[in-house]
Amino acid sequence: MLGIEIEHVYKIFGKNPERAFPLLEQGLGKQEIMARTGLGVGVDNVSFDVRPGEIVVVMGLSGSGKSTLVRCLNRLVEPTRGRVRIGGQDVTALSPDELRRLRQERTAMVFQNFALFPHRSVADNAGYGLEIRGTPPDLRREKAREALATVGLAGWEEAMPAQLSGGMQQRVGLARALALDPAILLMDEAFSALDPLIRRDMQDELLALQEDMRKTIVFISHDLDEALRLGDRIVLMKDGAVVQIGTPEDILTNPADGYVARFVAEVDITKVLTAESVMRKPAALAHLELDGPRAALRKMKKESISSLFVVDGTHRLVGLVGAEECSAQIERGERDLRAIMRTDIRTVERETPAQELIRILHDLPYPLAVLDARGRVAGVVVRGALLGAMAERGRNADAA
Amino acid sequence: MLPKIPVGRGLEAAVNFLVEHVSWLTRAFSALMESGLSAVEGALLALPAWLFIVLTALLTLFLTRRRGTAVLTLLGLGLILNMGLWKATVSTIALVLVSTLSAVSFGIPLGIGAAMSAPVRRTVMPVLDVMQTMPAFVYLIPAIPFFGLGKVAAVFSTVIFAMPPSIRLTCLGIRQVPPDLKECAEAFGSTRWQRLVKLELPLAAPTILAGVNQTVMLALSMVVIAAMIGAKGLGGEVWKAIQRLQMGAGFEAGIGIVIVAMILDRVLQHCGARTKNPKNT
Repeated sequence: MLGIEIEHVYKIFGKNPERAFPLLEQGLGKQEIMARTGLGVGVDNVSFDVRPGEIVVVMGLSGSGKSTLVRCLNRLVEPTRGRVRIGGQDVTALSPDELRRLRQERTAMVFQNFALFPHRSVADNAGYGLEIRGTPPDLRREKAREALATVGLAGWEEAMPAQLSGGMQQRVGLARALALDPAILLMDEAFSALDPLIRRDMQDELLALQEDMRKTIVFISHDLDEALRLGDRIVLMKDGAVVQIGTPEDILTNPADGYVARFVAEVDITKVLTAESVMRKPAALAHLELDGPRAALRKMKKESISSLFVVDGTHRLVGLVGAEECSAQIERGERDLRAIMRTDIRTVERETPAQELIRILHDLPYPLAVLDARGRVAGVVVRGALLGAMAERGRNADAA
Repeated sequence: MLPKIPVGRGLEAAVNFLVEHVSWLTRAFSALMESGLSAVEGALLALPAWLFIVLTALLTLFLTRRRGTAVLTLLGLGLILNMGLWKATVSTIALVLVSTLSAVSFGIPLGIGAAMSAPVRRTVMPVLDVMQTMPAFVYLIPAIPFFGLGKVAAVFSTVIFAMPPSIRLTCLGIRQVPPDLKECAEAFGSTRWQRLVKLELPLAAPTILAGVNQTVMLALSMVVIAAMIGAKGLGGEVWKAIQRLQMGAGFEAGIGIVIVAMILDRVLQHCGARTKNPKNT
């Protein structure tokens, strides 16, 4: 496994690109520099590391420089300034021959529009990288067949690309990269041209493959949903510069600025928010061994709530008591909560998505308990709080 | 009044200079070519005409997989034989074959060069414009002092006249390869040569073949014109008919040319179509 280090990489398009640097130092923006000099700022001082075995999703709108950046990594686009290291090797200093060897041995790329060679069969497409590397034909065919089987295209070796659907074509594109067993996969909007359902399948499949292969993957995307699903970390780019780097949770919960927040606002919040992110600490709990109906009722009155979760000595949830039942029990002079406790209550886990929470809460007469792995009460979700949390995110995004 | 700029006299002087100093070489080449041409012609005439016709029809059937084309070949060549134009036709076919082969073997590499290098392209393309717009007859004149009257001069002017489409369409075909495919070849570490052989030439093949097709057709038309400098063949028959005002003989030779042109065109077109869809044969 190899990591990638990107240090202060710039890409300026146009003649005499060095002219742009004094202007960049003055803090001028991409548009102004274009207006004054005719130079296009593709990538503006980008630095980050990709750890070995990690998926980093570089995300941004079109024109944000993300595709240019990924091409700087294998020098399909020559960086104007800066350094790229792959596994400690300085890519920016390689001779043309060394660079070709790097592309043959270490990095493989998957393209948005698949870039399959229309005159070659599926097997010959999948084996193209190996052919260039100089792998003997028998071994090449063997490896191409294995790679095609890995992506679910066993039996399609002799088909021509034009005979395949888009999803299948991109599987060939992926197989062509995987056949090389490269340390690094560069995926340029690899799934963007596919329709949403197929895209989802391919994302799942990539994650499943990644469990086994542990490649270092740089994935370019303009789709935040995709970035959140695939990325161990996400790099957000705008106008060629990095706006924010972080885990999907970081990006969602602490958008670095209005640009990121707008991006986040487009995400379907109900899919991204989970029980954990909208639950509250329970205001009070009744302890089965310690509290009687009188104590339970007092706690409810104090917090102005009408029901209370009951936990045992190890803090595990055992049931729920209501205020009315407590009053009735006090009048009867009994004092064991077990007699009035409901035990068939609905609970969810921390990871349950908000979408499902809304459905469950819809006709639930009492609050929803969120349990941790050991069955202890981690928090409580009430309908008002759930909707409030969602509305709040919507508002933040709008305001920004 | 402005004095006349001596464009014609200048070019004449240049050609004369060249003739004086290199004609020994071109004449030697001419002799060589002459024997080559008569060898091809001799080989084509060695077979009995009917056998040649049947073999050609079978060949077209094999190349195009179309019975119609094969029948056209059979009947067309039969008619030519019947009109007594067989020898002239074979001579014309030999000239077209040799000219086309020369034009293509210069044209395709030049086209590849033009596609791969912008400076080459900038030099070649204006020259091609001149070559294509210059009236074909003009090439005949300087061909004579270099190669003498006869078939070699005809081949020479035919090659010059017929070469441009091969160059142009080769260049175009390679440059039309989608950029994302070229980028992909680069991303997998292909050398420039690998990219050309494994990606660009196969994808450009149909376009290149279309260029070869045009070259063949231009060669055929030029070979007829070249009868004026002694190329003989079907063109020679037409030329004779013009000078003697024999309308019938003129049309007979003309029909012969049309038949040869149609056969060549059909065969080449179907070869092109087949390389476009290699799996649909």
